[in-house]
Amino acid sequence: MAATESMTASLDAEVLRQRLDQLAQREGVRRWDLGASCSTDTSVQVDRGEAKQMKGAQRSAITLRVWNDDGLVGITSTSDLSDDGLARALAGARDASAYGNVDEIPDFSPLATAPLPVLEQPLSTPLSILTLLDTLRDAERDLLGRHPAIGTVPYNGLAQRSSDRLYINSDGACRQQRLSTASLYLYARAEEAGRKPRSSGAVRLAYGAADLDVAGCVQEAAERTIAHLDYAPITTGRYTCVFSPEAFLDLIGAFSSLFNARAVLDGVSLSRRESLGEQLAVPFLSLHDNGLHPANVGAASFDGEGTPTRRLSLLEGGVLRHFLHSEATARAFGVSPTGHAGLGAKVSVGPDWFEIGPTPGSSGGAPGLDRFAAGASGDDRGLVVIDSLSALHAGVKASQGSFSLPFDGWLVQDGVPRSIEAATVAGDIRTVLKAILGFEGPAKVTPDGLCPHVWVEGLSITGDA
Amino acid sequence: MVVSPPTGAVAATERSVSPAALGDPAWRSVLEPLLAGGRSAGADLVEVFLERSDHLGLLAEQDSITSVSPAFGAGAGLRVFLGERDGFVSTNDLSAAGLRAALEQALGMLGLVLPVQAGGRFDGLPELRDFAATKDGWLHACPSLAEATGRLLEGTDRLQAHGQHLQVRRGSYARDWQEVLVAASDGTFARDVRLHQSVGLNVLAADGDHRSSLGRRYGTSDSPDDLRLWDADAAAVDVCSSAGTMLYADYVEAGQFPVVLANRFGGVIFHEACGHLLETTQVERATTPFAEMVGQPIAHPSLTAIDEGLTAGAFGSLSMDDEGMEPQRTVLIENGILQRFLSDRAGERRTGHPRTGSGRRQSHAFAAASRMRNTYIAAGPHSPEDLIASVDKGLYCKSMGGGSVGPTGQFNFAVEEGYLIENGTLTRPVKGATLIGDAKEVMPRISMCANDLELAAGFCGSVSGSIFVTVGQPHIKVDTITVGGR
Repeated sequence: MAATESMTASLDAEVLRQRLDQLAQREGVRRWDLGASCSTDTSVQVDRGEAKQMKGAQRSAITLRVWNDDGLVGITSTSDLSDDGLARALAGARDASAYGNVDEIPDFSPLATAPLPVLEQPLSTPLSILTLLDTLRDAERDLLGRHPAIGTVPYNGLAQRSSDRLYINSDGACRQQRLSTASLYLYARAEEAGRKPRSSGAVRLAYGAADLDVAGCVQEAAERTIAHLDYAPITTGRYTCVFSPEAFLDLIGAFSSLFNARAVLDGVSLSRRESLGEQLAVPFLSLHDNGLHPANVGAASFDGEGTPTRRLSLLEGGVLRHFLHSEATARAFGVSPTGHAGLGAKVSVGPDWFEIGPTPGSSGGAPGLDRFAAGASGDDRGLVVIDSLSALHAGVKASQGSFSLPFDGWLVQDGVPRSIEAATVAGDIRTVLKAILGFEGPAKVTPDGLCPHVWVEGLSITGDA
Repeated sequence: MVVSPPTGAVAATERSVSPAALGDPAWRSVLEPLLAGGRSAGADLVEVFLERSDHLGLLAEQDSITSVSPAFGAGAGLRVFLGERDGFVSTNDLSAAGLRAALEQALGMLGLVLPVQAGGRFDGLPELRDFAATKDGWLHACPSLAEATGRLLEGTDRLQAHGQHLQVRRGSYARDWQEVLVAASDGTFARDVRLHQSVGLNVLAADGDHRSSLGRRYGTSDSPDDLRLWDADAAAVDVCSSAGTMLYADYVEAGQFPVVLANRFGGVIFHEACGHLLETTQVERATTPFAEMVGQPIAHPSLTAIDEGLTAGAFGSLSMDDEGMEPQRTVLIENGILQRFLSDRAGERRTGHPRTGSGRRQSHAFAAASRMRNTYIAAGPHSPEDLIASVDKGLYCKSMGGGSVGPTGQFNFAVEEGYLIENGTLTRPVKGATLIGDAKEVMPRISMCANDLELAAGFCGSVSGSIFVTVGQPHIKVDTITVGGR
């Protein structure tokens, strides 16, 4: 009995269920659930016209939870979906359950059998790896030809994936989702004589490699890289900053523990249970988590506990409205799970895809913001445009609210942008959320969410001028 | 698991092999036909990396165990070289048919086809070099679940005993056991078992609006008794002392200052600012400024830097790398002069730099790449006090967080615990500092090295995944660097 068909990246839910039922019965386990996935991937990288590396992968994984006779939960993960692997995983989970947390015992999600949202996710036929290679070679050649200073594209990749994931439990829940996705990234390195090298890039996602916006990715990577060629150091001080959509989404993502019920219960969030209803941000800021947004390529229709994905209001009018929940945290708060759980020994909670913008009916902040307008900053210093943030893993103290992060960006004076040589931006997320001046332009779709340019006043910039 | 006999050019003797034994001689009869088939197809070199893994993760919060996460797995990574090009395929399917399918896919990436009949381009594997012969009992010699959870709860208990204003107390433990078998058509045939254990304590202290979050992690390799020998009380004292100091710290003033970096994890500056740029993967990408500078000065004459995989028990030590080569002691920089790069198979083929036993990968799912092992700046002649006394106004970085380096050589890392240096003396604690710089510019500014070299365990994420490494240094002084702050 085979649970996987390795070349087509598909799981047979019924086979897995039958096998688990048999094993559980044999081992005296009455209650169990599992998350499983398998995928096939192909990817290519190139280096100045030559194939650098071509990769393929067949992956499978399963995470199995069991409840023992005392009601405690244990878990085991494995890549071995054979009968022997499943038996070993069940035994391991049962052994681990002896050390299950008596203070917080997970249960099946009450929504694990609720109807799932219907997602428009076309399944694409994978392209041959040589076609991927040709596509990436062409893209690299195009990008290298955009400016004489662009000498290499050191970080590049074109990948496609076919995957299948499922959630089943001993009460009869059965979720399954098949998906195909593709991604392209191009990060160029440019260097002019006597000057330091500069780098920037772009990313595109789609449901199939043939659907990727290759030309748009090349264009964006070229524009961003070229825009950093002429650089100068910046004087340390406080500036009004304009975050690109990507940078602001990264910052909010790094502090998503503000909205995370798991972090609240664990005492590592700046929010508390009583924080719901508090004014966390300017009164015109709206923030939703919406994994179902049509632009969220690869959206999951259910979370690790089988709960349907849904749109959830986190901030409305700057007021904290809801937390992200798993089954256990929702039970602790007396609400329903929100579809943000990750299956694990300690069930994690995390956001899917943010939508950020003005609250409908609000002022939306300062009107007509334009970073390139003469006198936009209101002082001689100019505006700092933060294009991309780095080192979020090291420079963010989420439980303290503080950040100090290197960034790439521009100083805009009298409407003229000039790239900043090297600098950091530092602040406190609570201060940032209340120092937003407004939004510039329409919201932009990025891989992590939807957001316009966001103006924030008074952030500390350290440069080496 | 059953390894079924393949057909055609890669026919093997029918035999069942348990995934519990990569040392089982039956693997030879599975691997040799794969290597012969790949060579007959026209590949210059074929490499098969087999892996079994067994992981245990534990988390204690306050006075309870809140997570027990066992995981196990097996898989293979097959790599085929043709000239400077390569194709790599990973799979969880260790059956002979699964491995053959992976080989066919890898060959196909290079335009090669597995022939029906293998012909004479491979002479067979030599005798197995078994580095694991004395290590097969390691997994079972590690602490049981009961013992491990008990030790972790001892850690959070000690935090309670020594800390003040602690809102969160956490202890975590990870045990990673890995068995690998590497076979390649150049005659490489070697097996090893690796064991890494790490234990950490973290706290969040809060008093009104003041908050500090701080952690320390300790790790070793190849020592089943590691957790048993861990001094939970001393670790708790260390964490609580730092958290208490930092709770009321002010934010650091931004600017350019001289900086003294403490030993042990202070070595992250060399790891990020220079170490990555001395990997041949960076030469291949043309992202290192040092590519053509072997034999030339790239650092201050007081600086000598080493990467090796030999220090007993260190997190980055290996009996063999993930390409079956024994590790070396590689002097990277001697008295400021660049000596050599860290290289792997692909690096040697593409850049000409000879292999250094530095081919490393997180798992079978990644192709090996040139990566650091135990990397450190050698001890110098000064005392740590000499360095601090030489600074009128600057920053002392006692404890560092993570960091990174980008494609232009710009690096950064966070300071977890810092102190002002004023008139040659440590004064107030400060927080929120991020150090940024350019590798080529900062290396000549490391002007003083103290005599107190120590190593610290860490994890490094890069092109071939997250791997166990050691960073290290004595106290060092950087004459000037940009300190990001408020």
